[in-house]
Amino acid sequence: MGLNKEQIAQRIARELRDGFYVNLGIGIPTLVANYIPQGVNVILQSENGLLGMGPFPWEGEEDPDLINAGKQTITTLPGSVFFDSAMSFGMIRAGKVDLTVLGAMEVADNGDIANWKIPGKMVKGMGGAMDLVAAAKNIIVAMQHTNPKGESKLLPKCTLPLTGVGCVKKVVSDLGVFDVTPEGFVCIEHAPGVTIEEIKAKTAGRLTIAADVKEMSF
Amino acid sequence: MNKVVAGADAAVQDIPSGATLMLGGFGLCGIPENCIAALVKKGVNNLTCISNNAGVDDFGIGLMLQQKQVKKMISSYVGENAEFERQLLSGELEVELIPQGTLATRCMASGYGMPAVFLLAGVGTEVAEGKEVREFNGKKYLLEHAFDSDFAIVKAWKGDRLGNLVFKDTARNFNPMMAMAGKITIAEVEELVEPGELDPNYIHVPGIYVHRIFQGSNYEKRIEQRTVRKRNP
Repeated sequence: MGLNKEQIAQRIARELRDGFYVNLGIGIPTLVANYIPQGVNVILQSENGLLGMGPFPWEGEEDPDLINAGKQTITTLPGSVFFDSAMSFGMIRAGKVDLTVLGAMEVADNGDIANWKIPGKMVKGMGGAMDLVAAAKNIIVAMQHTNPKGESKLLPKCTLPLTGVGCVKKVVSDLGVFDVTPEGFVCIEHAPGVTIEEIKAKTAGRLTIAADVKEMSF
Repeated sequence: MNKVVAGADAAVQDIPSGATLMLGGFGLCGIPENCIAALVKKGVNNLTCISNNAGVDDFGIGLMLQQKQVKKMISSYVGENAEFERQLLSGELEVELIPQGTLATRCMASGYGMPAVFLLAGVGTEVAEGKEVREFNGKKYLLEHAFDSDFAIVKAWKGDRLGNLVFKDTARNFNPMMAMAGKITIAEVEELVEPGELDPNYIHVPGIYVHRIFQGSNYEKRIEQRTVRKRNP
C-alpha cells in the first residue's frame, strides 16, 4: 500500500521552510496547507491576487469577492495583501515565490511536466500553470505514480503536450520521494510497505535508488 | 468633466457587432454583471472576448455564449461551462488559450504603451509555436504582443465621477490592467462617489484610463465554490 492523498500532502509539507512564499495548486497540493510543521511560518500566494491566504471562512461568512485560484471562498490573515493579476504573475515570474506545488499527469526524468491537455479530450486551459512552472525556483509535483491502468506516469519522455520543460525538482508520489537530477529520478524515500522492486517496476523513466534510501515515517 | 453615464445600456450602446472586448474578472469574481446583461439585451454578436474565464452556463460570459454572441474567446481557463464546450466542439466558437500570466501581462503592456514583452511562460510547449524566441542571460523567452481591444469593460467596488477606481479583495484580479488597456474603458461600480471622497493614496486605477462610469445595481455575485468551516453546534 502506498501513501494516500493526505500522506502525500503531509510529506510535501516537510519541504516547507520558515519564511517561504508558497503557491499551492488545486487538488492534493491544496492539502499541504493542513500539515505545515510547527514553528514554520509560510505565506501562501494565490495567483488570482492574494498573499497571505487564510483558511476557509466560517459558515455564513463567505464573501464572493474573496476567493482563491480554485475559485473557493477563503479568508485573509493579518498581513495579507491583495494585488492585480499582472503583479501576481510579476512576482511569480521574478522568482519571488520560493516553492510551487502542483499536480501532474506526467513527469519526465529530465523534469519536463505535462498537466494541462489530453489530445482528443475537451481542453480547459492551462490557467496559471505554465507561468508557475516556467518561473518558480523550486517545483514539487504531487501525483499518483501510475495511471488507473497501472502504467507509469514517471516517464523517459512526456507523451502529452508539455506545460513546462526541465522544471520539476522533486516528485512525491504514493510510492515515494524522487529528486529529479541530471541522471534522472533518484528515489530518496519509499512509502511504508512499498518495496524498491515495486518502485522500479512502476517507474518507466531513468531511475536510481539513493544509497541511503529511507522508509518514510508518519 | 463628467464620465458618468446613465447605466449599463447607455454605457454599451455604441459597442458594435464584431468588436473586440476585454471583460474583467476571475471566474465569477469581479465580473461586470450589469454590462454583460446589457450586451445580452442589445444582442450584438461576432464578438471577440478577452477574459480569463468564460463564465458558467447561466452566468457571466456564459449568458453571451447562450445567445451565440461570441465568435472567439481568448482565455486561460474555460473549464466550467458546458455550452462553451458544445460550441467549441461543433466549431461555432473559436478559442485561444494562453497562460494566465501572459494574458495579464499582455493587457498590462497595452495600458503601459508597450507593443510587446518577452515572457518565459510556455517556452518549449505548443504555446511557443509561431512565436519569436529570444535569449536573455542564457534563458529563452517568447515575444508576446500587447492586446488591442476596442472596449474594456470592468467592475470596481468604488469609483468617482472622474473615473478613479478602487477594487475590493480578489475581485481586483484582471480589472485594473484591462481598464488601462481599453481604447474605450467602461467601469461599472458598486458605489459611485463624488471626487474627493476616495483617498488619492488608495486609488488603484487613475481616472485617465476610464471613459465611462456608472453605478451598477442588483449585483448577484455568484460563488462558484462555496467552501466553509462548520461551526460546532
